Amino acid sequence: MTPEAIQQYLDFAYIAATVLFILAIKWLSSPASARRGVLAGEIAAALAVGATLCNPELVSYKWVIITLIIGAAVGVPLGMVHMTAVPQRTALSHAFGALSAAMIGIAEYYVGVPHVTRFGMGEIGLEVIIGSLTFTGSLIAAGKLQEILPQRPIVYRGQNFVSLSVLSAALLLAIALVVNPANTALFPIMVVVALVFGVLLVTPIGGADMPTVISLLNSYAGFSAALLGFVLNSKVLVVAGALDGSSGFILSVIMCKAMNRSFTNVMFGAFGQVQAGAAAVTEERTVRSASPEEAADILAAASTVVIVPGYGMAVAQAQHKVRELFDVLTKKGIDVKFGIHPVAGRMPGHMNVLLAEADIPYERLVEMDEINSDMPQTDVALIIGANDVTNPAARTDASSPIYGMPILNVDKAHTVMVIKRSMSPGFAGIDNPLYYMDKTLMLFGDAKNFVGSIVRELVGGHS
Amino acid sequence: MPADFLSNLYVFILAGFVGFELIKRVSPLLHTPLMSLTNALDAIVVVAAIIIAGRQETPLATVLGAIAVAASFSNMVGGFVITDRMLRMFKTGKQQKP
Repeated sequence: MTPEAIQQYLDFAYIAATVLFILAIKWLSSPASARRGVLAGEIAAALAVGATLCNPELVSYKWVIITLIIGAAVGVPLGMVHMTAVPQRTALSHAFGALSAAMIGIAEYYVGVPHVTRFGMGEIGLEVIIGSLTFTGSLIAAGKLQEILPQRPIVYRGQNFVSLSVLSAALLLAIALVVNPANTALFPIMVVVALVFGVLLVTPIGGADMPTVISLLNSYAGFSAALLGFVLNSKVLVVAGALDGSSGFILSVIMCKAMNRSFTNVMFGAFGQVQAGAAAVTEERTVRSASPEEAADILAAASTVVIVPGYGMAVAQAQHKVRELFDVLTKKGIDVKFGIHPVAGRMPGHMNVLLAEADIPYERLVEMDEINSDMPQTDVALIIGANDVTNPAARTDASSPIYGMPILNVDKAHTVMVIKRSMSPGFAGIDNPLYYMDKTLMLFGDAKNFVGSIVRELVGGHS
Repeated sequence: MPADFLSNLYVFILAGFVGFELIKRVSPLLHTPLMSLTNALDAIVVVAAIIIAGRQETPLATVLGAIAVAASFSNMVGGFVITDRMLRMFKTGKQQKP
């Protein structure tokens, strides 16, 4: 067979892989068929990689095989991380994806120069800029999620001006390269400037905004792969990149809506600053606190309970104790559901994964709109490590920084119980009027220990 | 404007629409696995990386390609492993009590 004939056969493998990619996402739509989606994706990946290894253009397999082994050796442990580490693992994988796209774009430039066309240079320039900024931006995000870097927003005067100037510099360098693609001196400068911009882009963003940022970085990583498909004229990359890019984009839109904020506000808003002023006006108000015994009695007397988990549950690793509570209450014939806010936790769907890990049946995990219509008929709303997503000020107080954000209406339940370490507001610094309501009981303590104590009371006292 | 660009643009726009329609239907329950699966699919850039690393045109391109192979293949393997691990945990009440 001639090399051209082989290439044509390989193209069929890529087309099959493309179809399987689309099926993979289609099957992921519901938990019942989702694992079939993963299988479709795996077959697609195996087909595409296998076909590529048969490509007659390959002259040496040495580095290919070595790096594939290294990749698998790094990938398997990264696939086995604990569920609480999924957000940082995801950020890290955006970084790897973007790194890889940027490296290939850079290699294409240096292999092609001085024969790179102006049009091709435009594609490569854009691709390398997006890939590079996504690489460093995702590393910063992963660092914040792993708490190697501070989670609070790091802000300084004139920040947006500096960041936008750096971005403009990268784009101007790209334009200069389009004018003269052979100007090899400018290319590495452009890469470095784009890398710096990635750092500046994510450093000011606080932990609570991570669900949006991680989705946006996902979208960038996808679009950089799609652009790479344009550079290399590879349809399979264009499709995979477009799917990943649109997925990240849709998730970012969902996250922004769930916080009632715009993209620009998340990226350039410096959320933390606004709230410092709002938090300053806190007056002396009384709260009612309760012991695990009292909490257990109230729960035992209820017929419907809604549990609202938040990032605090993830931090305290309380999900398995929550599962025990779910079991005891369910055995008593109490209807227990979980109210999941779209931005609870550090990435889209974070709470669902943690609760599924603790073996809670997924039909018990209920979305915000659906659970809110049940709230007025709910006897007890138990909040574990969630704060802003339950703050009624979002509905009632037009001066609140989170005014207009859709929340879980836990204040409509007959009794509200909040497990919290202390009265200090979360790092977002917004005071929560929920805690001062007459029907609210504060359960002070570590989420894991407190839920454990409630479970012991329920088991010991009533069985 | 190269002819390739236009055909790629067609594919990109159509795939974007398909992606939009499909991803809209994914249950919010599965948003985390969605992100890790699309990440693994996106790691298909490994095919381009393999060609750059295996074509050995210049030492620089080979090194860059090799880094790209390792980075994207680790995403591919890790992404599928973690997505499947997560999905195995999603069970209904009936599945749990045999």
